[in-house]
Amino acid sequence: MPRGVVARHAEEAAQAFADLGGTLAVVKAQIHAGGRGKGTIKDNPQQRGVQLVRSAEEAADVAGNLLGHHLMTIQTGGEGQCVRQVLVEEGCDIARELYLGVVVDRAASLPVMMASSEGGVEIEKVAAETPELIFKEYFDPTRGLDSFQARKLCARLDIFGPSVRSADKFLKAIARLFADLDCSLAEINPLVVTGAGELLALDAKINFDDNALFRRGAIAELRDTSEEEPMEVQAGEAGLSYVKLDGNIGCLVNGAGLAMSTMDLIKFHGGEPANFLDVGGGANVDQVTEAFRILLADKHVQAVLVNIFGGIMRCTTIANALVEAYKTVGFNVPLVVRLEGTEVEEGRRILADSDVDILAAEDLSVAARKVVAAVADG
Amino acid sequence: MSILVDKNTRVICQGITGGVGAFHTKGCLEYGTQMVGGVTPGKGGQTVEGLPVFNTVFEAVQSTGADATMIFVPPAFTADAILEAVDAGIKTIVAVTEGVPVLDMVRVYDVVCDSPSVLIGPNCPGLITPEQCKIGIMPGYIHQPGNVGVMSRSGTLTYEAVWQLTGLGLGQTTCVGLGGDPIVGTSFIDLLRLFEADPETEAILMIGEIGGTAEEEAAAFIGQHVTKPVAAFIAGRTAPPGKRMGHAGAIISGGKGTAAEKVAALEKAVIEVAQTPADMGAAIERAIARNA
Repeated sequence: MPRGVVARHAEEAAQAFADLGGTLAVVKAQIHAGGRGKGTIKDNPQQRGVQLVRSAEEAADVAGNLLGHHLMTIQTGGEGQCVRQVLVEEGCDIARELYLGVVVDRAASLPVMMASSEGGVEIEKVAAETPELIFKEYFDPTRGLDSFQARKLCARLDIFGPSVRSADKFLKAIARLFADLDCSLAEINPLVVTGAGELLALDAKINFDDNALFRRGAIAELRDTSEEEPMEVQAGEAGLSYVKLDGNIGCLVNGAGLAMSTMDLIKFHGGEPANFLDVGGGANVDQVTEAFRILLADKHVQAVLVNIFGGIMRCTTIANALVEAYKTVGFNVPLVVRLEGTEVEEGRRILADSDVDILAAEDLSVAARKVVAAVADG
Repeated sequence: MSILVDKNTRVICQGITGGVGAFHTKGCLEYGTQMVGGVTPGKGGQTVEGLPVFNTVFEAVQSTGADATMIFVPPAFTADAILEAVDAGIKTIVAVTEGVPVLDMVRVYDVVCDSPSVLIGPNCPGLITPEQCKIGIMPGYIHQPGNVGVMSRSGTLTYEAVWQLTGLGLGQTTCVGLGGDPIVGTSFIDLLRLFEADPETEAILMIGEIGGTAEEEAAAFIGQHVTKPVAAFIAGRTAPPGKRMGHAGAIISGGKGTAAEKVAALEKAVIEVAQTPADMGAAIERAIARNA
């Protein structure tokens, strides 16, 4: 890895450039998303997320443009993410840029190491247009990557001579890291071959399997929730699965598949979902109340659709939670409710007898049309 | 007839002394499933819902002749529970538990494949042959015996589909929730083989979602090997590109995995595709009419 220093202020970036002692450095925005090299600052589209600098002053200027501003990349969505840190890294003599990534291949049910000589910033394009230029080696997580597999990858990447030995060590270590830390993604992009034939990891992105964090305490401690959507963090703490989107119709659904389908149906009828929200199978009144709080805190939400197919979740639970949320949170937007499944009659009666102002719908399509109409009328 | 389970299936529950395990054991008993016992290490000798609890699956099988299990143990112990069931020769293993580490499933998958056992799940609602055997957490009353085989990667969306079928008077042979995790024990193709071979199943409803390539592979298989009418729905047509997914996630599928590509693959195999989740039951009717 090249040497680098993290900076939180422009002055620190200038100092970092001086400390590195070279004539060339790279300033990189540190956010939890890829595509930074092509990404731009939201209110300053000239400024990209990664830039080469040749002086301490220039390092300070670039850092100043990045820090405290929102960087938009193909992975961040339209709002972008606020840059709170930059990495100032020594420049190096790049002969070639390669791509290296490890994921679990669902179809093979095995981890796979993928490498491509078409590295750098355009790897998605390579995957879409010339997938044959991405070389794959599957490996058993217990055994790791074998030496012959590393040699095969080297041969296909045109890595020869002394570089092969360093690649063997490097590739095996990445495979080991992936298995030992329960990663879901380990990506080195770009992996650089220097003029001297040395392999350098210029940038890395590692995702961890949330389900395995219980046995990876050191990794769990690294979590920096300030880099995440605050509402998604709040939802996670309440045991809810929430993803913020750009529309204006809030959705509250049980089950991920049904939640996605409900979003599809809203869109089919001409609306725009404001979020994905799965309250799960066994949510209680407190969790559902919290779900409403999160939904209604989004100022873009102009109407809410509740779609519950009670299985384990009883319709009476959701009805009671709705009444409770109405009392404690209050609804300032139209609310369409579609209940079906376990204890549905009782659930509908609870809502009808309450003073909660709702638009009831018995059928999925009717519910979607009603909520889209409610926004249009609003 | 049906697939995988019927009125003769003898079922145990691994994790029966936990709150969730006990609750759903009761639900399955009430539905009419032949629940014959349960397993919780260290709690052998107790009873739950009148059923004997054993320390090991091996003992449970010896004493009760169980040939199916539903697993409710916590995620950290699920892989081990599956391996124990395979070792004891259990024929149908249903892992309901949500949150199992993916690499645990990588390690379990090969063992299950090399064994005579069938694993459904993890992170799944289970499976049901209406009025004969329910193993899992789905509400039993929405189902009705009949001739449609249902297979799905989702939970509540499956209930929605079954509810529509039952409302249209289309009963089901067996409904299977495969589970929503990246690696699950049974694929659409495994079930297509079983439904195609089952004389009572006359049509098949497949409910998929974005991510992976399971639906594309199933579509190709259907085109070549399935003679019965098939309808399908793909959830997540409007979901934005996975923002938490890195480059590598997009690469592994070679740009595949979007709803549009799945729908195209299904239509190419002349499968009736439901346009909205409200259209799933009607899509099966169209598929049957088209095949007639």
